[in-house]
Amino acid sequence: MEQSEVMKSVVKILTPWAKNPDALAGVSMETNILDDLKVNSARLVDVVIAFEDEFDIEIADEDVDTVNTVGNAVNLIMSKLD
Amino acid sequence: MSETRDRSRRVVITGLGVIAPNANGVAAFDTALRNGVSGIRKIDDLEEYEFGCQVAGAPQGVEELVEATFAEDERLVMNEGQRFASLAALEAWTDAGFERPELGDDRVHWETGAVIGTGIGGMDVIAERIIPGVDAKKVRRLGSACVEQVMASGVSARISGQLALGNQVTTNSSACSTGSEAIALGAERIRAGLAERMLCGGAEAANRYIWAGFDAMRVLSRKFNDDPTRASRPLSASAGGFVPGSGAGVVVLESLEVAEARGARIHAELLGAGINCGGHRAGGSMTAPNPDGVRRCIQLALVDAGIDPGEVDAINGHLTATGADPREVESWSAALGRGPGDLPPLTATKSMVGHALGAAGGLEAVASVLMVRDGYLHPCLNCEDIHPEIEPFADSIPHETREMDLRVLIKASFGFGDVNACLVFQNFDRA
Repeated sequence: MEQSEVMKSVVKILTPWAKNPDALAGVSMETNILDDLKVNSARLVDVVIAFEDEFDIEIADEDVDTVNTVGNAVNLIMSKLD
Repeated sequence: MSETRDRSRRVVITGLGVIAPNANGVAAFDTALRNGVSGIRKIDDLEEYEFGCQVAGAPQGVEELVEATFAEDERLVMNEGQRFASLAALEAWTDAGFERPELGDDRVHWETGAVIGTGIGGMDVIAERIIPGVDAKKVRRLGSACVEQVMASGVSARISGQLALGNQVTTNSSACSTGSEAIALGAERIRAGLAERMLCGGAEAANRYIWAGFDAMRVLSRKFNDDPTRASRPLSASAGGFVPGSGAGVVVLESLEVAEARGARIHAELLGAGINCGGHRAGGSMTAPNPDGVRRCIQLALVDAGIDPGEVDAINGHLTATGADPREVESWSAALGRGPGDLPPLTATKSMVGHALGAAGGLEAVASVLMVRDGYLHPCLNCEDIHPEIEPFADSIPHETREMDLRVLIKASFGFGDVNACLVFQNFDRA
């Protein structure tokens, strides 16, 4: 799967939880999920479950701790797809 | 009398909000009450699961309202009771003249709190998600939002976040007296000078898991499954149990001083309130009221209101359509010292919406405020065959809407646990 496709799906999954529409409109690999998109940190649990369902992968709790930016999420998912 | 009372201790109602089985929103609810519109329907779910009672009061069209009102992240984490409560609270808040906070606005209403109760709470989430998820060993996949939907205080916590409330925010729970008790508790806080304003009321979801235990107790209506609008029959000889209901009713209480200072429109005054428990004695039990407790509660509210029993112009009873109705009428008569021919007109909102459990007091308080404000008493449906023990009081029961010069209307709620709550409302223009 192309990185751009994964990116598109990641952004779609983050969209309902993002409280900053401006940051969402200009989202990039560098966008920070909590600080820029203003996603409530408690909801990362729901975001990760949605990643697992969307890409049919399993994401370990320690992997979740490495996800700060949209790029981190995309790269983590890409590594599980390999 | 009222003029001599301390204005900072007088409590008025400046906002109303409602999600009810027969109407959503206060204007539509007012019309439905006046027209005697029943919100009781056949519920497919109850038929499929072979309940004895297959009719209920469930608000209609709520999901469309939720979609138009709340952002997706909020919609994803609210259970049904919270959806009802949030819509009703927002309506009450804007009705009181306040604006909904904008995203990113960090101001907090430190002088405004909330007591929003629920009788059963997040049973829908427990039954439909937590139990199946845990039993399937999929705890990790429950997601982040189970706790906030099943914690008892979730319903008030949700509203504090939506409206940026900074005073006490809590959830009370006293079974079927919950909504009325919430209003009494909020008024106490204002009168104690601890808050300027409180959003108070109750909410309950429409859900078979919530209603199942009542069906098992055989306290629900079973004989009118094919005739839903006739099923909720308070005061009737053919009443055979209550019809489960749901929804939310919320009022904004405010000190008169604060309401007048900001030029708020005042719907009515909450003249007084009483709360007590019958102690499960003298005929009282977990499931039945001690009649002495009921009478004392009504009298406590009158004393608190500073009025004589003769000043009560109308009653909106608890009146669920069970065998307890005749006892309740006796208690009203004894507490007010007003016998047949002298008992004030007596109606039951439950005849239209069913028994909304923890939401009942909230819904019925909104109905009570509308009636005392506008001078009418809505009909008590389906009691054309008045229970023989209530027959001497038949003239007090309205089968059609009565236009009345109402000054004082009294509302009570009684709940499992032998708990009672009573509210005395006064028309503000006639104060």
